[in-house]
Amino acid sequence: MSLRIVVCVKYVPDATGDRKFADDLTVDREDVDGLLSELDEYAVEQALQIAEEADDAEVTVLTVGPEDARDALRKALSMGADKAVHVDDESIHGSDVMATSLVLAKAIEKTGYDLVIAGMASTDGTMGVLPAILAERLGVPQVTLLSEVKVEGGKVTGRRDGDTASEQLEASLPAVVSVTDQSGEARYPSFKGIMAAKKKPVEELELDDLDLDEDEVGLEGSWTAVDSADERPARTAGTIVKDEGEGGKQLAEYLASQKFI
Amino acid sequence: MAEILVYVDHVDGAVRKPTLELLTLARRLGEPVAVALGNGAADTAAVLGEHGAVRVLTAEAAEFGDYLVVPKVDALQAAYEAVSPAAVLVPSSAENKEIAARLAVRIGSGIITDAVDLEAGDEGPVATQAAFAASYTTRSRVSKGTPVITVKPNSAPVEAAPAAGAVEALAVSFGALATGTKVTGRTARESTGRPELTEAAIVVSGGRGVNGAENFGIIEALADSLGAAVGASRAAVDAGWYPHSNQVGQTGKSVSPQLYIAAGISGAIQHRAGMQTSKTIVAVNKDAEAPIFDLVDYGVVGDLFDVVPALTQEVQARKG
Repeated sequence: MSLRIVVCVKYVPDATGDRKFADDLTVDREDVDGLLSELDEYAVEQALQIAEEADDAEVTVLTVGPEDARDALRKALSMGADKAVHVDDESIHGSDVMATSLVLAKAIEKTGYDLVIAGMASTDGTMGVLPAILAERLGVPQVTLLSEVKVEGGKVTGRRDGDTASEQLEASLPAVVSVTDQSGEARYPSFKGIMAAKKKPVEELELDDLDLDEDEVGLEGSWTAVDSADERPARTAGTIVKDEGEGGKQLAEYLASQKFI
Repeated sequence: MAEILVYVDHVDGAVRKPTLELLTLARRLGEPVAVALGNGAADTAAVLGEHGAVRVLTAEAAEFGDYLVVPKVDALQAAYEAVSPAAVLVPSSAENKEIAARLAVRIGSGIITDAVDLEAGDEGPVATQAAFAASYTTRSRVSKGTPVITVKPNSAPVEAAPAAGAVEALAVSFGALATGTKVTGRTARESTGRPELTEAAIVVSGGRGVNGAENFGIIEALADSLGAAVGASRAAVDAGWYPHSNQVGQTGKSVSPQLYIAAGISGAIQHRAGMQTSKTIVAVNKDAEAPIFDLVDYGVVGDLFDVVPALTQEVQARKG
């Protein structure tokens, strides 16, 4: 039987752009160009490599987001994923990680899966907990933050480089995996890939299709509330000196004046 | 008084500093009850008591080391059920955030990660967070269930606050998912003798300008003269000059030390995301136009190979 891989991807505002919050304190997705989260490219890459190694595999990319989020799916399809699922429903706007993970888990179950792969974190919310939450919701092993991953004989193995140790992990499929930016450079879409992506199927889903109610998601349905978001005051302009032989000494004097030495 | 559950980060009984900082924040919200798991759990009680823990719940089991994350979630959930706390606080780290998030799902709670401050509010704890590479500051609450909040290192001072610190054994039964992911091997990180990057009061980081693994010695020498941790930019790590475990930035560690010294780092957004909340920022860079200079309290435009060794020598002279 074919190995069914679902890759969760997020459409995020470009980190090099002028990211800000909208009036309702959600991430502003209108005024900043969006794209496939860079960290999710690593997930797509590992999914494609695992699929290439398998006898028979199908890679589905899944996203939850507004209409524009289709761009992220398109990018993943042009890298080589087979098909896409887009959950787009206005009532999802403003969902926090608990609400979003609820939608994702339902969509993953509906799609059918042996392996779920995600990036280590999004580049906008940066929480890094969604894969663990998905494993909890789906009731399958969590094999996360891998810098090396392999799937063979119904098992996933990998290396997790933690704060104090590097661990070798092993779990049976089905499982949820997340990969770090150390897992391997993501491929660039080829011209052929970009052309082929245009013909690949993108399934559109709404909340009704997932047996979810409006009050379980969105700003109102979320488990957290943002009360304020303020632009951090620009750091007061510091002292800049040009090194003319005394730079090290001047810096030491500054550090001493601040009681660091 | 309401009890606040505090998850303890420790290595064989030695409590790590962020947990003590968390006790300072927990005392603003109620009476801290600590939960320590794994080898040496009971040894944490004395120091936790000195910093405000009224009780220390402990559990030791082979499962905590043999399987990933879930056994610890089972234990934290057992502690939650035993205590019925007003909030659950966890020191932020990659693994701890996963533990906190899975607990939140199980107890029907919202979760806030990487708070940099916490205070009591009318509708529960209010968490301050830095967003979009610290260009925004947000204030948020958990609006459903018992708040589960993870807090970044260096977010509060460590304060002495003697309390009983009474050790109680925590009964834990592991669920079916606990043994799902087996840890088949573990290689401990070699100790450098330097402070842990995320916990350090001073961090000295090197970037592209260091121009080779062999040159990181001058960064290390400055760090050692200041008792600092060593960091590296993504450019330096991708080039293979320094280990990924030392990377500061979006895909590495996020640090907020008292003093951050960036040498040969231009200050791309990916790096700023990991260090912009540092209290004092100092940079040395050849390029006067480098974006890092927009952030600094003090900057030197110059060759790091001249400035850094001169600074190291000066620091040593002043100490000597």
